[in-house]
Parts: sequence; structure tokens; C-alpha cells
Amino acid sequence: MSDTPSNVDGDVEAPTVEAPVTGPGLSGDSVDRRRVHDMWVAGTEERDWIAGATDEGAQELLPDDMDPASPIQRGVAVVDDFVEEVPFDPEERQIMNMGPQHPSTHGVLRLQLELEGETIHRVKPIIGYLHTGMEKTGETLTYMQGATNVTRMDYLSPFFNELAYSLAVEELLGVELPPRADAIRVLLTELNRVASHLLWVATQGMDIGALSMMLYGWREREKILNFFEKTTGLRMNHNFIRPGGVAADLPDGWEEDVELVLDEVPKAVVEYEDLLNENPIFLDRTVGVGIITPDECDAYGVTGPIARAAGINWDLRKTAPYSGIDQYDFDVPVAEHGDVFDRYIVRIAEIGESLGIVRQVLEKMPSGDYRSEDRKVTPPPRQRIDESMEALIHHFKLFTEGFKVPAGDVYRAVEGPRGELGVYLVSKGGARPWRIHVRAPSFAAVQALPVMMTDSLVADIIATLASADPVLGDVDR
Amino acid sequence: MSGWEILIEAAVKVVLAFVFLLVIVLLLVWAERRVVAVMQNRIGPNRAGPFGILQTLADGMKLFFKESLTPRRAEFGIYIAAPVAALIPALLIFLVIPIGAPIVIGDREYTLQVTDLNVGILYVLAISSLAVYAITLAGWSSGSKYPLLGSVRASAQMISYEAALGLALVPVIMFAGTTSMAGIVAAQQGEILGFLGAWHVILFPSFVIFLIAGFAETNRAPFDLVEAEQEIVGGYHTEYSGFRFALFFLAEYINIFNIAALTVVLFLGGWGGPVFGPQILVWFLPVFWFLLKTFAIIFLFFWVRATLPRMRYDQLMAFGWKRLIPISLAWIMLSMVALGIRRFGLPWS
Repeated sequence: MSDTPSNVDGDVEAPTVEAPVTGPGLSGDSVDRRRVHDMWVAGTEERDWIAGATDEGAQELLPDDMDPASPIQRGVAVVDDFVEEVPFDPEERQIMNMGPQHPSTHGVLRLQLELEGETIHRVKPIIGYLHTGMEKTGETLTYMQGATNVTRMDYLSPFFNELAYSLAVEELLGVELPPRADAIRVLLTELNRVASHLLWVATQGMDIGALSMMLYGWREREKILNFFEKTTGLRMNHNFIRPGGVAADLPDGWEEDVELVLDEVPKAVVEYEDLLNENPIFLDRTVGVGIITPDECDAYGVTGPIARAAGINWDLRKTAPYSGIDQYDFDVPVAEHGDVFDRYIVRIAEIGESLGIVRQVLEKMPSGDYRSEDRKVTPPPRQRIDESMEALIHHFKLFTEGFKVPAGDVYRAVEGPRGELGVYLVSKGGARPWRIHVRAPSFAAVQALPVMMTDSLVADIIATLASADPVLGDVDR
Repeated sequence: MSGWEILIEAAVKVVLAFVFLLVIVLLLVWAERRVVAVMQNRIGPNRAGPFGILQTLADGMKLFFKESLTPRRAEFGIYIAAPVAALIPALLIFLVIPIGAPIVIGDREYTLQVTDLNVGILYVLAISSLAVYAITLAGWSSGSKYPLLGSVRASAQMISYEAALGLALVPVIMFAGTTSMAGIVAAQQGEILGFLGAWHVILFPSFVIFLIAGFAETNRAPFDLVEAEQEIVGGYHTEYSGFRFALFFLAEYINIFNIAALTVVLFLGGWGGPVFGPQILVWFLPVFWFLLKTFAIIFLFFWVRATLPRMRYDQLMAFGWKRLIPISLAWIMLSMVALGIRRFGLPWS
């Protein structure tokens, strides 16, 4: 014990000066070596005055030729024909930490920027400030409780989290859902997509300076949240879509509430388009900014509106339909340039398509039960508990011990507002999942940010970041 | 008039001007918050005093009692001097703005203007150029990165748009034949409807250029990238707090009023307007017209802020140098022609 190096007190020992100097073309006394020395020797006064110095060694921005991310950011490692060497004087650079406390980093994302004046040379997104270990927490919760947990991950699209999780559990269980449960799920998730996109329009507008857009977007989103509140009791973190169906039937008069949303949101969206579509400043700020190519989307696993704005016709609702969404008639909007403006166009069009789906659900909502009849996962009806001892015991067991899920592993994904939201679930046959992993669309979007941002200006950073629409709860989980 | 009387009159005017500006700023901040709130489906401050009109006073008091933090790496002397340096030019510009027609009491004439310099416009341009120093130095002396970016933006932006602002004024000077503010207002009186200057109508392009450059000079949306909170947090005043921040805030709103007032004086006939009724109305109607026009311009400032996104740095510079300045130069040429026609008639007549 005594002769082994100890990390018990949490101190990570700073590597020796020689350790990191392994990059190509570094002689022993080069400027780079000196810089590396400065970065790694923690706690000295000298170090404190270096522009980029932080206490987190692994989160440093390394010298250009030693940073494995540099060629990727220049596009070398991803797309061969996009190599553009910009003359760059290392003496003129400064390193700026944008975030985690910054007004428009959408939560607690930290971007380490290497600036020359206002031009971005390199970007390094640093995440983890909102990491709460939800995937690990999921291993200690029963399948019934799990929805409560996953709904908190992407807090702007809680229904999608619940849906992906429930689909995965149901696949392992082999439970068949009644059509009404599927229809309710589609109704709620598509309304949720509209709410999420409205919030996106709001924050995109705000981040490029059109402050009023923020309040307009939130105003319309509020109408949808009111319906959610009436249905589920909560405005977010609903825990409504559960393995085996949904928690309750839709409230009385839900048709009128949905009609209200269907009436008012399209009108508001037309107003947004009046305000933004031909606004020269909005066009200047968004057209040709933050471009990502389809190849780069593939390389980084970027899905959802960002990929569709780049021209990839990929929507899980069409390619891997879930909850019977393939019986509704809708289009997948695809743009071609992959810039911020195309993402705006795609999302605005998606609002319309989703509302179309909602209208179809409204018109042909099937009657019947809102959850599976399978008594293995569904608690008995309330009256049965009063009459039957067995029903009471069954109910008690279901909510204390939970239901057991056959061993196996499964991956089910849904098309969330931000892209492919998938849940990978491993069961060893108990009442709790052995392992949960969530494939977060925001995570892929954040790791592709450097590709979109390199060689732009500080103002473009903000526009691009907003257009990627990352939810840090989803990224860090 | 003896020397003492002149001195006392000047002293009274300076004090009144200062109080006037403070009251205007109180109203302006409140009005901006209420107007923008209505445009954004909000309510805005409505608690302190009637209609929340005292909200600014309450906020000012709060700032007054807040701690004024100084960053460790700040250049202390410059850091504390910058807010004062921002306020002084704002106050000085107001001195030459006539807010009403001269009041005649007995055989004495009192001008509603602290002083009527015969180089009024040049004085305004000179003083407003000083304002950029305050912002640049504030950003630089904070010893922090966002303020530094803000101050670099500010120096580039304000110097560029200063040029457009100055060029937009050249036709005005040519038409009025004077650089005195009172003279320019007098030159615009009484040709259409009794209060519009006939020839001044064709200065409309200059008016538009001046207004756009004015938005940029006061760092208002859509040119507010000096303090773009979504990008560089607070720009040059990120590191300022308490009373020092309040001084910047005060200077900013006085500048808005100044630019609006200058627009009215130079292009919209100043205090000119229909005057009627008893003597007291004859005295105060011009002030009313002046304030009405000024607040109309200020309302435009609010409206634009609630509508337009922010421009990007390079687009802003391109707009200033490639659009505004060439248009101003071309318009100077055209207005020379117009002036020639006005003086000598059409060439074929």
C-alpha cells in the first residue's frame, strides 16, 4: 500500500515535462515544448498567467500540431477535399473559454476557442458539467420507475425519452399494445416535437439578437405545455409514457385542446416566417454559416434536422417506424446546404408536418384501452383491487418488486426532435435493467460542432451552436 | 447684460439641463422597457410608482448601493476613469441642442439651449468622437477577454460610423449655410404647413443615413455588437458593477436622447410646429413639439430593437464602408446640384 502511488486524495499527478512531448516535429527546446511545459506544470504562478490555463489538464487546448483533433477540424480526417490552410500566427492567438457560464451556451456547454482577433481557429467543446449519472441510476430503478429517470435526460423532449425507453422494454417483454395507446403516444410525441422546435426557433432568434422571437416562440410553446399539463399533470418530466402503454387515458375534452393548438400554432409560425424569412439581417447571419456536409454528418453520427438540412433523407419515422407512425401521412423535409438557415427551414417545415400528424391522430383516434391488457406489466383496474385479494397482492407486487423482464439486449430508437434518440438496454432477467445506454442526438451534434465552427467568427459560433440545438441534459445525462 | 447676469444665466441653464437629462433618462429607460415589453407580449415594470414609472429610480438606487467590484488584473486608474469619460461627452453634446424657441420676457431673450456655438455641428462631431475612448479604454482596462473583444468592436464600429454620420451632415450644413444649431433650426422654419422646411424635404436620404449611423453610434440594435450579451456577455461593461455600471448606463441613454434630438434639430425642423393660444402656450408649445418629435424617433429605436436581429462584425463594417459612406458621398454631390438649382434656378429657365 505504501509503495504504490496513491490517488486517494484525488490529486492527479501532473505528468513530467517530457511526457506529452510526443508529437511530430518537436525538438527538445522548441516553442511548442515550452508551451507544453507551461500547460502541464500546475500550480505555478507562471502557469496561472497563461491565457488558456485551467486546472483540468485533459481539457487543455493542445498545441496545433499535437492536437489530434486539429486535422479533423480542418476537415482532413473527415472529408478529403475540404482542406483549407488558413495562415495563422500562434503569437496572435488567444484562448477563450466560452461557457460554462455564458448567456448563450444552452446550459452548461463549455467551448474552448482559439481566436485570432474574432476569427475562430479551433474549437473544443467540453462537456460533463451536467453529468448526473442517469444511466447508472437507471440500473437501480425498476422498469416501472425507469421512465421517471429517462424523462429527465432531454428535458425538452421528455416524451421521446420515455417512448424510446418504453419501446425497448416492451420489445424485451414481447408486449403488444392496443392501438389507442400507440395513437396517444404518437399524439404526445409529435406535439412534443412541435414544442421543442418552437423553443428552438425562440432561442435561435434570441441568440442572433432578435430578442422578441424568444418570447413569441415561448408563447406558442406554452399552449402545447398547457395541454401536456392537463394530460399528464406536469409541464415537463411527465413520466406518462410507460412500459405497457401510457399512464392514463386522455382527459375529457382533449379534442378541443388539441384543436386549439392546431389552430393557433400554424398562424404563429406564419408570423415567424414573416418576421424572419426575408429579413436581410437574419439571412446574412444564417445563410452559409455553420455548414456541415452529408459526409461529415455520417462521420460524426449527426442525425435529425441537422443531417436533413445537409441533404440526408433520413427519418426514423420512415425508415424504422415505431408506434404505428407509418400509418399516418407525412413528408420528411430535406434541405441541401447544411447551413443554419436550412436548419431553420427544415425545423419550421417539421412543425407543419408534425401538426399534420397530430390532426390525423385527432381524426382517427381509435377507442379502446390505453394500456396493454397484459397483467404481467399492467396493474389491475382500481375496482378489482377492492373486490379481489389477488388483485391487491398483484398490484402491490407490481409496484414494489416490479415486473421481471426476460434476459436479452435490445436497441430501440425513435426520431426525436434532435435526431435519433435510442435506448440500448441489457436485461439479465431481473426487475431492473442490467445496463442502460442512451444514444443521445445532442451528443453527436456537440461533437460535430468544431466542424461547423472552424474558421467562422465569434458571432457565428453563437448562431451555429443555437442551430445545433443541443440539450445539455441529453449530452451529459 | 452684465457679466454677472450672463454667468448666472449660464449656471442656471447648466443645472436645469442636467436635471432635464436625468429626468429624460428615467423616463427613457422605463419607456423602453414598457414599449418593448408590449411588443414582446410581456407586461414590463409596473410596480414602482404609477405605471412603474419609478422603476428606473429604484434600479438606480439599487446600483448605487451595490459593491463596485474591480477585477484583479484591471488597470485601476483607467478602469475607474472610463465610466466618467463615457458620461461627460454625453452631457456635453446636449449643451448645444435647442429644445425650444427663444422665450422673450420684457426686452430680454432667453434661448432654450445652454449655449449656441457657431460651430455647433463640428462641436457635436468632435465630442461624440471622444465617447469611443471611454468604451475602448473600459474594455481594455478591465483585463478580461470579453470586454477586450467588445472594445475592439467598439473602436472599429464607432470610428467607421462616425464618418458616415459626418458625411450625412454635410448637405444639412450646405442647405442651412451655418453650423450653428439654432441657425439650422431657423433655416427650416415655416415653408410647408407653416412649420416644415420646403427644401429640407429633399434631405431625406441624409436623414436616413444619419439615423442608421446614429443607431451604430449609440450601439443600439441591430448594431449593438459592442455589448452583444449573447456573444460577448456584456461587451465592454462586463466587468463593471454598481455605480460605475450605472454611469455607463446613464451615458448610453443620454446618447440615445442626444442622437434623437440631433435628428430632430437637423432634419425635422427642431422645435418648429404650429404655435397658438395664450402667451404661456407660445412659450411651451415649441418645447412640446420638440419632445414629441424626439420621442417619435426614440420610439423608432425601441421598435427596431424589438424587431431586428444583430448584425455580424464583418457585415457591420461592410455595411458602413461599402454602403453608407459611398451613398453619403453621392448624395453630397446631388445636394450640391439641388442647392445650385435653388440658388440660381433651373439651367434652362
